Amino acid sequence: MTPEEWTAVRLSLLVATTATLASLPFGIAIAWLLARRRFWGKSLLDTLVHLPLILPPVVTGYLLLISFGKRGPIGAFLDEQFGIVFSFRWTGAALACAVMGFPLLVRAIRLSIEAVDTRLESAAGTLGAHPFLVFATITLPLCLPGVIAGAILCFAKSMGEFGATITFVSNIPGETQTLPSLIYTLTQIPGGDAGAMRLTLVSIAISMVALLGSELLARRIGVRQMAA
Amino acid sequence: MSLEVDVDHARESFHLVARFSAAPGLTALFGRSGSGKTTLIDIVGGLIRPDRGRIAIDGAVVVDTERGVFVPKHRRRIGYVFQDSRLFPHLSVRSNLLYGRWFAGDGGTAANLASVVELLGIGHLLERRPDSLSGGEKQRVAIGRALLAHPRALLMDEPLASLDEARRAEILPYIERLRDEAGLPILYVSHSVAEVARLATTVVILTDGQVTAVGPVADILSQAEESEGGSVLEATVARHDEAFQLSVLATEAGELQVPRLSAPVGAAVRAYIRSRDVMLSLRPPEEISALNVLAGKVAAITPSANGAQADVRLDCNGAALTARLTAKSVQRLALAPGRPVYAVIKSVSFERS
Repeated sequence: MTPEEWTAVRLSLLVATTATLASLPFGIAIAWLLARRRFWGKSLLDTLVHLPLILPPVVTGYLLLISFGKRGPIGAFLDEQFGIVFSFRWTGAALACAVMGFPLLVRAIRLSIEAVDTRLESAAGTLGAHPFLVFATITLPLCLPGVIAGAILCFAKSMGEFGATITFVSNIPGETQTLPSLIYTLTQIPGGDAGAMRLTLVSIAISMVALLGSELLARRIGVRQMAA
Repeated sequence: MSLEVDVDHARESFHLVARFSAAPGLTALFGRSGSGKTTLIDIVGGLIRPDRGRIAIDGAVVVDTERGVFVPKHRRRIGYVFQDSRLFPHLSVRSNLLYGRWFAGDGGTAANLASVVELLGIGHLLERRPDSLSGGEKQRVAIGRALLAHPRALLMDEPLASLDEARRAEILPYIERLRDEAGLPILYVSHSVAEVARLATTVVILTDGQVTAVGPVADILSQAEESEGGSVLEATVARHDEAFQLSVLATEAGELQVPRLSAPVGAAVRAYIRSRDVMLSLRPPEEISALNVLAGKVAAITPSANGAQADVRLDCNGAALTARLTAKSVQRLALAPGRPVYAVIKSVSFERS
C-alpha cells in the first residue's frame, strides 16, 4: 500500500468513527421520540430522518453544500459564532456520513426501543425512578443490542459513503479523500487498478471485522441479559 | 397510615366512581373482571390520571383535581405489585430488589434488605436472574422490590392470578405476614373469594365501576354476590390428626375438621364456607359422611329475588353461618327465626387458610 492509500484508509476510519459517535446521542433521542411519544409533526420528523435514504446522495451532498458551506446560512453562522467549518474539511465528510447513516441508526434503535416492554418502565416509575432515569436504567440497557446494530450500520454506511461526501467536501487528498473517493480516483487514472484492488480488499476486511465485532458484542449482551 | 380515595373516571362506555378509605391492614378490592378494580388501583398508583377526584396518603394529597394537584408516580411512594411481576430482566434479583432504594434515598439499607429477604424467604435467590425463577418466586421478589422502595402504601393487582394452586399456597402466608407486620395500607385487587376471605381486613366491592359495599370481611362476603354467598369463621388450629391428614379448628360455633393445614397448632386461620355447601337438619344427623355438623338457631331468612331460594342465616353460638336452601326446603322444615337446627358442612368446602 502506498502512503496515499494508508492516508485514505486512516481518514475513512476517522470520519466513520466520528460520524457514528457524534450522531449516536441524537439518534437515540430521536428514536425514543419516534418510538414513545406522540406529538404534532411526528410523521414530518420521521420523513425528514428517512429522507437521506431515498434522496440521491448527490442531492443530499448538494443540500449540505448550500446550507453548511462557507456561504450557506448554517455554515456561515457556525463559522462566525463557534469557528466550526465543515466545507472542504474532514469534519464536513463526517457530517455528510452522519446524515447519510442517520436513517439506519434511528431505524434500528427505534425498533429495539419499541420492543422494550413499557410495563417494565411504568414499574420502574412506581419504584421512584424519574422518567429520565427509567430510560437510563431500564430502556437503554434493554435496547442496547439495537443501539449497537444501528451504530454498526451507521459506521458501515459511513465507510462506503461517496456521493454526498464528494459533492459536499470534494476529493482532497489527506483532508477529504476517503477510501471510496480514492478508489474512484484510482479507477480514473492509468495504472490505478492495483491500488483500487488493494483498497477494495481493505474495505471488505474492515466491513467484515465490524460485522463480526457487532455480532460478538450483541451476543455477549444477549447472554448477559438472558443468563440463568 | 391510611389511604383515602375519592375518584371519578370515565372511559368510553365505562364510568368508575369510587370512594373509600383504607386503614393499615389489607383492603381487598373485590369484583368481577371488568368491574374497574385495576383501573382504580392504576389511578391510585399514578398510572392513570382520573377525571376528577382526590387521593391522600396519610393526609398528604397526591391527587386533587380541583386544586390541580397530580403527583407523578415516581414521587408518590406507593409500591405496586403487578399481576405479571415485571421484574427487570437485565438485573439480578438483588439489583431488582434494590432498584427502588436508589431513589428512596435513605439509609438503613443492609438491615432493610435483610429483613425483607427474610420476610419473603428469598435469600437463596439473590444472585439469580429473574427468568430463572418460578412464578411464585418472581412474585415474592416483586413484593420485596416494592417494599424496599419504602412505600407509604402498597398496591397489589391480583398478584396470585397467574399462579397455580400450589404456588398460591406458597405465597399466601407471606402476604399475611406483610399485612400483619408491615404496618402500611395494602390495596389488594382480587376476584377470588378464597383469597379475600383469607387475607382481607376490609372489603370494597366494585360492581360495574361503582362501590356497592364497604366493610369488614365477615359482614361483606356473605352479601357479596348472589351465587357466591358465604360465611367467614375466625378459627384457631386446635390440633392435627396425622392419621387422617386432617386439622381440627376451634371456632366459636364449634370444632371443624378440615384437610391438613400447614399452619402450626394455635395459629389463627379463617374458614370460608359457601352458603350452598351448608345443609340444614332439624335433628342431629347420624351416619352421614360429612364430618362437620354445627348446632345453631335460625336467625333470619332472606328469600332470593325470584323466590325460589332463600338464604337462612344461623346463629351458631354467636358465630354467623349462612345456608342457601330452596324455598321448598324452608317450608318443608318449617324454618322460622328461633328454630334450633343442625348445619351440615361438607369438609371440602373449607377454604384452606
